[in-house]
Amino acid sequence: MKNLLLATALIAVSGAAQAQDVVRLGTEGAYPPFNFINDAGEVAGFEREFGDELCKRAELTCEWVTNDWDSIIPNLQSGNYDAILAGMSITEERDAVIDFTQNYFPPAASAYAAMSADVDLTGVVSAQVSTIQAAYVAESGATVLEFATPDESVAAVRNGEAVAVFADQDYLAAIVAESNGELMFVGEPVQLGGGIGVGLRESDTELKEKFNAAIQTMKDDGSLNAMIEKHFGAEATKF
Amino acid sequence: MFEACADPKSIEGLTWAMCYLTSGKHIEFYWSFVTVLLLLALTAPAALAMGFAGATAARSRFIPLSLLGKGYAAIVRGVPDIIFFLFFVIALDQGLEYLKSLAVCENHSWPWQGLEFRVCPEAKIPLGRSSAIWHQAYGFGLAVFTFALVFGAFAANVLYGAMNAVPRAQLETAEAYGMSHGQVFRRILVPQMWVYALPGLSNLWMILIKATPLLFLLGVRDIVYWARELGGMKTQAYEYPHPDWRLWYFLALLVFYLVFTKLSEIVLARISARLNHGQATAGGEALRKAAA
Repeated sequence: MKNLLLATALIAVSGAAQAQDVVRLGTEGAYPPFNFINDAGEVAGFEREFGDELCKRAELTCEWVTNDWDSIIPNLQSGNYDAILAGMSITEERDAVIDFTQNYFPPAASAYAAMSADVDLTGVVSAQVSTIQAAYVAESGATVLEFATPDESVAAVRNGEAVAVFADQDYLAAIVAESNGELMFVGEPVQLGGGIGVGLRESDTELKEKFNAAIQTMKDDGSLNAMIEKHFGAEATKF
Repeated sequence: MFEACADPKSIEGLTWAMCYLTSGKHIEFYWSFVTVLLLLALTAPAALAMGFAGATAARSRFIPLSLLGKGYAAIVRGVPDIIFFLFFVIALDQGLEYLKSLAVCENHSWPWQGLEFRVCPEAKIPLGRSSAIWHQAYGFGLAVFTFALVFGAFAANVLYGAMNAVPRAQLETAEAYGMSHGQVFRRILVPQMWVYALPGLSNLWMILIKATPLLFLLGVRDIVYWARELGGMKTQAYEYPHPDWRLWYFLALLVFYLVFTKLSEIVLARISARLNHGQATAGGEALRKAAA
């Protein structure tokens, strides 16, 4: 009887310890190769591999959750998950409402892709809603056409709604390469944002410290660069 | 799923199509049809019950209750659905977690701090460590409640109108036989009102069928979410790369919705015929003549 009680108490304690350690990671699941839902229905891509390694080094149990891009920040604030790993660039506007770890992906280029080389980039340009690219297009003087998912912003160019799409070059690279010459990069790439970081609630300073330390170890031993090269190719910007 | 599907990039033709259509993602797509049907099966009776309660309350001679019933129908019908499905659900979720935090947390500080909502981990519904299925079930439960609340308000108005449409002479006759208020309501008013309510309720049912894509706003992956996700162009990063096939997926959904609404129409027509039976309405008269 005493043993039974002891065992129950142990289970209760381990259960409580577990409760502290489950960190829910929110992602979009529609932004290959950063994050996407693979054909088995699971979150995959660079951020999946990075996030799993991050949790391993920070000694946390993590679980993946997908959420619409549009409401990804409000749901973090509401506590439906604890961190955002969704190719989210660190910007001043976002830093005002949530916190970021140090970047785990270096500041990268954004680029225009269009159906022909001589398009007018001050015309209608599509981008995903609430992204640094959408903000940049709006400021560039072009008419910005916003879409809920990155995939739809590319489809808008193919069906003629927009003359070009403006997005992360790393996202567009595979799409342009596999379009059989239908799509091409036009204009000069633009450097935007301060790299991609893990988005956290401003009150979660403890988690931020853990993640920052873990990211630093991955930068120091070169494993982060190896991961970037694996998913984005040898020419990708590295640390 | 099948052995032949182990390396999708080396197969083609029919085998490829078979493997593609049975991928884990497609299986989830097929299950999402069950989710939608389950949502409808649970929401329709719940909304009808809310509507019935609202209409009965609105007819009450006790003024506060009557105002409550009328206020429910008026306010909920006036607020756009999208606000209900974005704002109300987050507020409901946070409200439930706040109530739970009062019971289980040691620290009772006000949870709404600036833009953030903070309760202790034990007050989360479901708990952070619960498996994904519980998070899905909770989202689904919130969806059923919200749909029932919204559609219940419309149903309340339909039923309120239907109750008033029952000829006064019917009720007077019942009263003349010495029935109490409750008896008149149960035996005469309610059985006769359905025939007047049915056209309005069948409209609501059709609208409810088409409103299910709002589920995705609540984090439940429904058929429209999967059609968009599966149909989108897939690069070599995926096992089954393909161009933009959204048109085909949405055509499949179109067929599903048309077949479903057609079946609903057939069932509703039968119910209508049954309710008209022996009624002093034009529909009832037509049935009588056809039989004679």
